[in-house]
Amino acid sequence: MMNLLQEKREAAKLRINTLKMPEGGWSFAARAAALERVKRTGLPSRRDEYWKFTNPETLVKQATESAALFKSDEVPFFETDRLKIVFIDGVFCESSSDDLVLNGIEIDRLADVIPNKVHWAQSIYGVIESRGQTPVERPLAALNTAFATDGVLINVKRTPSKPVSLIYDHSSENSDAILHHVIKVNSGASLTVLENGPAAARFNKCMEIQLAEGASFHHIRTQGRDHERRASTHMFAQLNASSTFKSFTLTVNGRLTRNEVVVELSGENSIANIAGACVGDGDFHHDDTVFVTHAAENCDSRQVFKKVLRNGATGVFQGKILVKQCAQKTDGYQISQALLLDNDSQFNAKPELEIYADDVVCSHGSTSGAIDEEALFYLRSRGVERAEAADLLTLAFLGEAVEEIEDESLTEQIVSLLSSWLMRHRPS
Amino acid sequence: MLEINNLRVDLEENGKSILKGINLTVGTGSVHAIMGPNGSGKSTLSYVLSGRDGYSVTEGSIKLDGEDLLSKEAEERAAHGLFLAFQYPVEIPGVGNLTFLRTAVNAQRKVRGEPEMKSGEFLKLVREKAQELKIDSEMLKRSVNVGFSGGEKKRNEILQMIMLEPKLCVLDETDSGLDIDAMKLVSSGVNALRDEKRGFLVITHYQRLLNYIQPDFVHILVDGRIVKSGTGELALEVEHNGYADILAEMA
Ligand SMILES: Nc1ncnc2c1ncn2[C@@H]1O[C@H](COP(=O)(O)OP(=O)(O)OP(=O)(O)O)[C@@H](O)[C@H]1O
Ligand SMILES: [Mg+2]
Repeated sequence: MMNLLQEKREAAKLRINTLKMPEGGWSFAARAAALERVKRTGLPSRRDEYWKFTNPETLVKQATESAALFKSDEVPFFETDRLKIVFIDGVFCESSSDDLVLNGIEIDRLADVIPNKVHWAQSIYGVIESRGQTPVERPLAALNTAFATDGVLINVKRTPSKPVSLIYDHSSENSDAILHHVIKVNSGASLTVLENGPAAARFNKCMEIQLAEGASFHHIRTQGRDHERRASTHMFAQLNASSTFKSFTLTVNGRLTRNEVVVELSGENSIANIAGACVGDGDFHHDDTVFVTHAAENCDSRQVFKKVLRNGATGVFQGKILVKQCAQKTDGYQISQALLLDNDSQFNAKPELEIYADDVVCSHGSTSGAIDEEALFYLRSRGVERAEAADLLTLAFLGEAVEEIEDESLTEQIVSLLSSWLMRHRPS
Repeated sequence: MLEINNLRVDLEENGKSILKGINLTVGTGSVHAIMGPNGSGKSTLSYVLSGRDGYSVTEGSIKLDGEDLLSKEAEERAAHGLFLAFQYPVEIPGVGNLTFLRTAVNAQRKVRGEPEMKSGEFLKLVREKAQELKIDSEMLKRSVNVGFSGGEKKRNEILQMIMLEPKLCVLDETDSGLDIDAMKLVSSGVNALRDEKRGFLVITHYQRLLNYIQPDFVHILVDGRIVKSGTGELALEVEHNGYADILAEMA
């Protein structure tokens, strides 16, 4: 029998053979280094501790499983003024996108600039990702860095008038998409990025974010629709002094989703809030894996994750707060909770704190439970039907995560998406 | 309007018998009070009326306006006009008081084939009724009963009752936890609802409440049975002598 490392390297070799790395240009060195990382570590295996609760097989193997396209006249996400950038099965679509022009920011399509000798993104591309590879390796992200040919590079000099919206359409049942985005927010500026769409049958996405002093970044994402899609996504963020990073993800549907968020607070007084709400019915596996490193004094971090699961759906949360010795006065908070709507569903949580500084406040908690019967009866005794009462309680449960979104109109849109999903998925 | 006939109820989880043959008729327009020692089954009766799970009715029937209640779900009973003011109102974090009230009012209207109450109309009415009960508007915005004091929770129950305009109001120890002023507010809220179409079942330990909400009949519940019924006088008697005399009579 092969040992684990051999097996993982073998898997990497097979996968790499199906991909083509762009030659030359400013990103080449980073790509070559990432490729070496993948070859060295191999690709994830279900025998890896970090993949104990999520089987990576379909994310790793050569060919993707097909995913049926979900046809519906469902209302589009994010009814708000925004700059739309559309990718279809992982390829930028110029005709559906707005012009990549917005005051205060510079946007390049990765595919267009790969051959260039120099580019501002060179100091970030693959750099923040590779920092995020220790202490835990994330080979799917390294694979992404090596082979991504599309994505956007956004340099924010001044706060733009509207959010940048990345829309991921899925049009081929066998699409296997890799996208890599780089976002640099300069001192004092702020950017909101919206992401939505099923993307592809299999989607590997990596986003690297660098926040300069006093910069802020807001991220709101909805992943959903196509029931059979699979995705592994990574966000790597590096925060300088007094910067703010806020990310919220709503996930509905999808066979398999693994969202990793890796944040390094490397400047004093910076803030990172990472939140997620997911609702899953049936063949649904959702994994939030978060790693927050406090490497400077006086920083705050929050992780708030809520999952509603039914009909055998599975939820996973692996969340870590690492506080380095220098990071005094850290305030770290982490909560992960699952609402199991039946006995078939399950939630696996691995909350971790690793603290080397002595003057810190860190708390974490994880729970899973059923609907509160007392509350349900109270609502019913006032005339609210059981199903509607259960929906009210479910939305209340998700509330703590949804409230992390700052923009009220987006919060409302997310809540209405959730309530219509709950309505469609009421037990018959 | 309410007819309870030989009602026998066991606890589902352990088969313990709690109600042992209750007979009670509440006519329209009348107020009945139920008193009785701790653990005699008063709250159980109110829960069985409202359709809570966990009880098995082994015998007997409950009818409200001629319709069998026992075959109805809790929410159907509510829409049919039954309201229980809980002895221990439940806290529901994350569900706003106003959202909850509006959902309940409109759910009941829907069942009865009435149009939904418009948001503006609803808000105006709630604010007006809340003010009468001295519930401030900040409390209306909070999650249902979360962080409310004992007395605030009880007033919130009465607010719900007033908004829902039930046919039969069951009040389970609404007076406990209320200060004298709040008791007066709550009583006048209840009295304002008194009319010839509505019946009340008021569970209490204290005669004092009955000075404000004057009952037509008083029943004494002991060990799952109504052992004595009378007029308001009976409550005074209990207030003075406790249940000793009544228990002695039974022996
Ligand atoms: N869920 C339950 N599990 C176990 N015992 C129960 C349960 N519900 C009621 N009982 C028991 O049934 C009996 C009647 O309880 P109930 O709450 O109806 O009394 P009560 O008359 O309302 O008392 P109090 O005046 O204290 O409110 C008590 O002995 C109580 O312990
Ligand atoms: Mg009681």
